[in-house]
Amino acid sequence: MGSYVPSTAPEQQEMLRALGMENVRELYRDVPESMYLNGPLNIPAGKSELEVRRAVTAMAAKNKVYHTILRGAGAYDHYIPSIVKYIPAKEEFLTAYTPYQSEISQGLLQSIFEYQTMICELTGMDVSNASVYDGATAAAEAAALCRDRKRRVTLVSAATHPDVIAAIRTYCYGTGDEMRLVPVKDGVTNFDMLKEMLTAEVASFYVQQPNFYGLLEDADTLGAAVHQAGALYIMGCHPIALAIMKTPRDCGADVAVGEGQPLGLPLGYGGPYLGFMAAAEKLMRRLPGRIVSETMDNEGRRAFVLSLQAREQHIRREKAGSNSCSNEALCALTASVYMAAMGPEGMAEAARQSMAKAHYLAKGLCALPGVSLRYGGDFFHEFLVDMPRTEEVLSALEKKNILGGLPFEGGVLWCATEKVSREALDEAIATVKEVLTR
Amino acid sequence: MKLLFEKSVQGRRCAILPTCDVPETALPERFARQAAPKLPELSETDISRHYTALCGQVHGVNSGFYPLGSCTMKYNPRIDEEMAALPGFADIHPLSPAHAAAGCREVLGTAKQYLCQIAGMDDMTFQPAAGAHGEFTGVLLIKQYHDSRGDKGRTKIIVPDSAHGTNPATAAMCGYEVVNIASAPDGCVDLDALRGALGADTAGLMLTNPNTVGLFDENILEITRLVHEAGGLCYYDGANLNAVMGVVRPGDMGFDCIHMNLHKTFATPHGGGGPGAGAVGCKAFLRDFLPRSALMEGGNGIQVRSFGGNFLVVVRALTYLLTLGREGIPEAAQNAVLNANYLMSQIKGSFAPAYDRVCMHEFVLDLSAFKKEAGVSALDVAKALIDYGMHPPTMYFPLIVHEALMLEPTETEDKETLDGAAAVFRTLYEQGHSDPAALQTAPHHTPIGRPDEVQAARHPVVRWEAT
Repeated sequence: MGSYVPSTAPEQQEMLRALGMENVRELYRDVPESMYLNGPLNIPAGKSELEVRRAVTAMAAKNKVYHTILRGAGAYDHYIPSIVKYIPAKEEFLTAYTPYQSEISQGLLQSIFEYQTMICELTGMDVSNASVYDGATAAAEAAALCRDRKRRVTLVSAATHPDVIAAIRTYCYGTGDEMRLVPVKDGVTNFDMLKEMLTAEVASFYVQQPNFYGLLEDADTLGAAVHQAGALYIMGCHPIALAIMKTPRDCGADVAVGEGQPLGLPLGYGGPYLGFMAAAEKLMRRLPGRIVSETMDNEGRRAFVLSLQAREQHIRREKAGSNSCSNEALCALTASVYMAAMGPEGMAEAARQSMAKAHYLAKGLCALPGVSLRYGGDFFHEFLVDMPRTEEVLSALEKKNILGGLPFEGGVLWCATEKVSREALDEAIATVKEVLTR
Repeated sequence: MKLLFEKSVQGRRCAILPTCDVPETALPERFARQAAPKLPELSETDISRHYTALCGQVHGVNSGFYPLGSCTMKYNPRIDEEMAALPGFADIHPLSPAHAAAGCREVLGTAKQYLCQIAGMDDMTFQPAAGAHGEFTGVLLIKQYHDSRGDKGRTKIIVPDSAHGTNPATAAMCGYEVVNIASAPDGCVDLDALRGALGADTAGLMLTNPNTVGLFDENILEITRLVHEAGGLCYYDGANLNAVMGVVRPGDMGFDCIHMNLHKTFATPHGGGGPGAGAVGCKAFLRDFLPRSALMEGGNGIQVRSFGGNFLVVVRALTYLLTLGREGIPEAAQNAVLNANYLMSQIKGSFAPAYDRVCMHEFVLDLSAFKKEAGVSALDVAKALIDYGMHPPTMYFPLIVHEALMLEPTETEDKETLDGAAAVFRTLYEQGHSDPAALQTAPHHTPIGRPDEVQAARHPVVRWEAT
């Protein structure tokens, strides 16, 4: 069997003897005999490293790794530069705990401070936390921080990722608050309905930009209506799109959140991902999670510390706004390295190319018989099409090692990123054509 | 050290992307950004050296002893990292068709089976991304259970005063009023206090066993029986599962649901504060209330994050489970408990344990007498340990012990390390009496001295700005 216990049997006996004990059962003297397990667990015997490698590699081999991925819907196949994989694998970053002891954690604390700065730059907001679990929890926590005694209702655009809607609804269920969905019209938030629904009990409105259909929302107009009604405005953004798109700050957002996975994190069958979360200064002390601040040490040197801890659960207990006691530090580090490697121009180029490739794919698909865009609005790198024989199309693509779009609401939601070459797009279009003209 | 932004040189870059090979699409002006984000402009050499330098200012489990109580800082095996990085896992889209993700489902199914065995539970979700997130999910199971029965009068969750802060914060996030009950003098649940708190308004109890002072509550069966008798459910906070895995099962203690910290007990790395994974297990009668993804699994009940959770963390934990197997799991727990008791016995002649009896995987020192004698606090001792290459223990927790230092050596430390650490504690105990100032100003050999945290809280500087 495998083991990471370094003590040898004689050493264990020596330690037991030092405690005046004969055997390990004495260590568990407080455990009642009735529940003490006297037999082994019903799981297999342990294995050597080589055997484990074989077993786990065999499981991985049962998955299909596509050459081309044309599916997004909340998890995006952007290119990950090599350096982005190496830095977070460094053992100190990998194995450290939350940096409470700042004197031996300056490297981590500085990396979080740099991450916070980058998120502020990307979103235009004043203050970012050290990250939360993922985009959905960031949205749910944002909605929670916007509520006060009088305003308890959260409005969410129905053109939001279904998992994000479900997470916000779940957090509302916890505190006994209400979430209401603002209907969609022509693939985007129905503005007239939003205005009608913005009553005095509404705390905030959440919109996803680009929305779940890939369409660009008229974010400034939505925000102006929200503020006019005295509510707060939350935008959930795609971080790479932010390199070229109007910032949440310029759209009037009070809180900007999003799924940080596109920033160098692998698809990983859904996680770990990264929730980024930034706000206007007036909301700083209501932000959940860790925040790093710059200060000085006792000799006047630059130092970084976890700050504003008076907001957090280990101090406030049941009065804390959130129970969060960790972040996704290693994922935030990954995102920082990604943004540093790409730089402002590289990020913008990834955004422009993703958009260009999605439009190229849309044009190619819509030239085929029976294929059309469901909605006419501007889109970023995802789009919903109506097309016949979806199942056949997807299975033909599969045979070419291409993961096609996601069947959704009777159509297919496609996505392209900068990672896909024109050649691969042409192959996908030709494959679809072959099925539809058969 | 200079920040990335202070090293930035205009026009410097890494060559990552090719020229665009399709026609450009213009973003309509009204959607376009006014000015580019001021991200750093750096070469790959700059980036590599920057982070290597930062790495040198971080103490990881690989760097040295890390007896941070309640955090289970055991060694993180490298094979686990390699398995999680396999393209067959890392490159799988969460919305892949079922046949294309059969291996992922096998990982989840196998991990669920083993972890349910260890927990004594019937079903499990991997959606929660961390321990506190698992607590939230678990208490929502309790809430849904009462709601489904139309039992609306259950508004309170009972939490011992020794609990982690996440417990009461979680109960509040689930809309419950928190009833804190005082611990008995022996650090365990005061049965009379529990009886007094229980009633028709009790939704449940949140408990860690072994508890936060490192003791196994021998009355556990009576505790869970009393809660059930009152109509409440029992939630097991798996924070301290490393002491008992394979030795005794929370399900057999009478608990209805549990979260397990894969990043503690099952050796996945802490990553400087995440990502973790908070698998939540439950008895069969709570199964229907487990969260499911709306998009991935067609769920229409609760959902606590997107998709299925931190899958790659589960891959690491499964790799660890396969390695240890049925003998290795209890062996790890037993050695964690042995190491803690041994270390406590070697320190005992100097600093005093708060509870002088056999402990589980961790123990708490009470430095209040030492502080009175020497004028040196638990914080001072913690900082002084840093100069000896040790990460400090958890300080000032649990709240029921004053001047607390909580030590959890874990099973992956050897006897020499424990002997060495005990010797350092004895040295500091003596030095506290002979030269208190040396401790009060520690650490002395770190990149920075003690930071000004008051300034940071009053006037937070939370981002860099060009001057």
